[in-house]
Amino acid sequence: MAHADTHAAHDHDHDHKPSGIGRWLFATNHKDIGTLYLLFALLMFFIGGAMALAIRAELYKPGLQFFDPGFYNSLLTSHALVMIFGAVMPAFVGLANWMIPLQIGAPDMALPRMNNYSFWILPFAFTLLLSSFFTAGGGPAGGWTLYPPLSLQAGDSFPLTIFAIHMMGASSIMGAINVIVTIMNMRAPGMTLLKLPLFCWTWLITAYLLIAVMPVLAGAVTMLLTDHYFGTSFFNPAGGGDPVMFQHIFWFFGHPEVYILILPAFGIVSEIIPTFARKPLFGYDAMVYATASIAFLSFIVWAHHMFTVGMPLAGEMFFMLSTMLIAIPTGVKVFNWTATMWKGSMTFEPPMLFALAFLFLFTIGGFSGLMLAIAPADFQYQDTYFVVAHFHYVLVPGAVFAIMAAVYYWLPKWTGHMYNMRLANWHFWVSTVSVNVLFFPQHFLGLAGMPRRIPDYSTQFTDWNMVSSVGGFVFGFSQILFVILIWQCVRGGAKATDKVWDGLSHGLEWTVPSPAPYHSFDTPPEVH
Amino acid sequence: MLNRKVLSALGVLLGAAPAVAYDSSYNMPVGVTQIAREVHSLHMIVFWICVAIAVAVFGAMIYSIIAFRKSKGAVADTTMLHSTIVEVIWTTIPVLILVGMAVPAAKTLVRMDDTRNAELSIKITGYQWKWQYEYLGKGISFYSSLGAESNYARQLHSGIDPNTVKDYLLEVDHEVVVPVDTKVRLLLTANDVIHSWWVPDFAVKKDAIPGFINEAWFKSEKIGHYTGQCTELCGRDHGFMPIVVNVVSKEDFARWVADQQAAAKAAAEGAAPTATTATTNAPAASAAAAR
Repeated sequence: MAHADTHAAHDHDHDHKPSGIGRWLFATNHKDIGTLYLLFALLMFFIGGAMALAIRAELYKPGLQFFDPGFYNSLLTSHALVMIFGAVMPAFVGLANWMIPLQIGAPDMALPRMNNYSFWILPFAFTLLLSSFFTAGGGPAGGWTLYPPLSLQAGDSFPLTIFAIHMMGASSIMGAINVIVTIMNMRAPGMTLLKLPLFCWTWLITAYLLIAVMPVLAGAVTMLLTDHYFGTSFFNPAGGGDPVMFQHIFWFFGHPEVYILILPAFGIVSEIIPTFARKPLFGYDAMVYATASIAFLSFIVWAHHMFTVGMPLAGEMFFMLSTMLIAIPTGVKVFNWTATMWKGSMTFEPPMLFALAFLFLFTIGGFSGLMLAIAPADFQYQDTYFVVAHFHYVLVPGAVFAIMAAVYYWLPKWTGHMYNMRLANWHFWVSTVSVNVLFFPQHFLGLAGMPRRIPDYSTQFTDWNMVSSVGGFVFGFSQILFVILIWQCVRGGAKATDKVWDGLSHGLEWTVPSPAPYHSFDTPPEVH
Repeated sequence: MLNRKVLSALGVLLGAAPAVAYDSSYNMPVGVTQIAREVHSLHMIVFWICVAIAVAVFGAMIYSIIAFRKSKGAVADTTMLHSTIVEVIWTTIPVLILVGMAVPAAKTLVRMDDTRNAELSIKITGYQWKWQYEYLGKGISFYSSLGAESNYARQLHSGIDPNTVKDYLLEVDHEVVVPVDTKVRLLLTANDVIHSWWVPDFAVKKDAIPGFINEAWFKSEKIGHYTGQCTELCGRDHGFMPIVVNVVSKEDFARWVADQQAAAKAAAEGAAPTATTATTNAPAASAAAAR
């Protein structure tokens, strides 16, 4: 790991900030932009969460209690779009903005104005998306996967949804360019690539994935738009087109997308576990190669989302085998994290609690993923709650817990205050227990035969749905503890030291004061 | 290499109860076809392998959390940085495990793909929001929609408790009737958007795509009613277009076919619709008696 040789990087005279609303509207400072992204993501997490609670409320008992089935479909569609594109991705970008320059000893991101545009696109994109609920025909209701012909049956929400997705995509692509240019060009002298903190490595690889696949999504949704309004027949069989082609194009984006949603989480956990185990990450090189392998393999597995579509046998076989293969580098990472803990000296502060919960629960999601890879068995799992359970395990106690771990890890660096440990521990335990109560029974529901994306179900599915809904409400409301904690921490609290975590943490970000000065590393540190 | 019989036996041993539709609230049904049994076995084998790996990996994690904690005085071994041998081992062993899973999976996949030598072909068309079934070469064709009682109860604010409705959301007004021990070939398509036809007891799930025809097959070894649902989001009533397959003896099937053809002939000749159209499901009583 790299250590700064000198404290000359402390720029006490550079701490004056712009003021007023202009500071935020015209922000070019990576710390401010990082804050904007994180706060936006937090807001979207609650909006998407409210949609989830509406869904779980309807599914609490059989029968329709609250919603018209068409509106229910728009709830589940928007829940996914908001969570994926509005909560998880912006949160990771916010963490990248805050931490990459600090971790590589750079004064800011390479392209600060483009950074500003990348952020400010998002509130407009989501205003467009959410306002579509008020159009004739209601919000988009064909699933976040937008399969035609169903997605083409949408009313006036359709162009709003497509434009919103284009905007989010542009934001992501610009952000990714920024990350790559920054990491490749602005590392402090002596920081070779194989000394890069793993959070930076995983973000570097994620950025390449984003640039590769967001344009593919843009192409796919543009074809939907032209099919709907301009008489093309890309996906319309009557005109010689193929609805399945959309699925191929979408999932060519979609599979790397799910790795975009998890690789930064791997990086975060790779920073936190060594810190609180008081032991360096085991197998740094292997971790880098494993991440790169996962990224490469992610391009050749897409059709495992489409096993029931009627592919030729050779196709099914290829995608089954390549999907099973991707379990290998993922497993290697889990083993390396475990080996980091082995013969360590662990303490269990909130970041470590969330990182360990990630390790256990993401692995469970990985197991259900392996089961889903087995194509003949997948015929029984596809489009059931088993799939819903799988991806929620890897995304919620996976990606979201890693984001929370990162916030708990770096918040004292950002704010200069330690937060309320008791509240953090309550947040952790209630979240962890309730997230399992919420999602584990969904495995049973899927295996017992409950399809997904339905507002009502046959009565034998009642018990597990009730349990899941209770878990959902407890989980949802316990996130209020997180907001209270952050609010209190921003406003005050015990002073945090520069090192914050008793000198355990290695990395350039711990060589600047807490809170990090507005401008840091104006002079690059020397790294050995 | 596991052959079919060993696979099935393993599956039964590994925790399957002989099942009719939906008897477990936890697990996949074993099903009533050879393929379904193989699929169930694959599922259970992969599941138990995952459990074994989980025991090992979570065991190591839990042990670490207990034994290597600072509060117990553990001192970190900071020289433990990497080991190429260990990386090779814990890459190679998972590869071997995966190969072990892939071989039986591939065999079952190949068998599922073989739609040759079917004795009966049914064309299934997905509509928003019902199914249409056409028995090719027999002149039998009908729509199958959610049963009336379920349909009333499921309306928003219906005031009817779903628990009072028999087979809530899994009943239809016109069941699909097929003979037992007969390879039935399904040709799937759709009229509007993508639907998907799934009957868990047969382990058959195939998308019904407008403008295209997909093939699937099953051969039920047991008489009975087997239910399923649409499994591709298809709009507002995606959750309300179930499937009910009534597997009957070959004699009962022949009688049913004759009845259906007679009714179709009578309808075509402009006669008033007879009571037969209302009871188009094969008689359950004689099916039970035949057993």
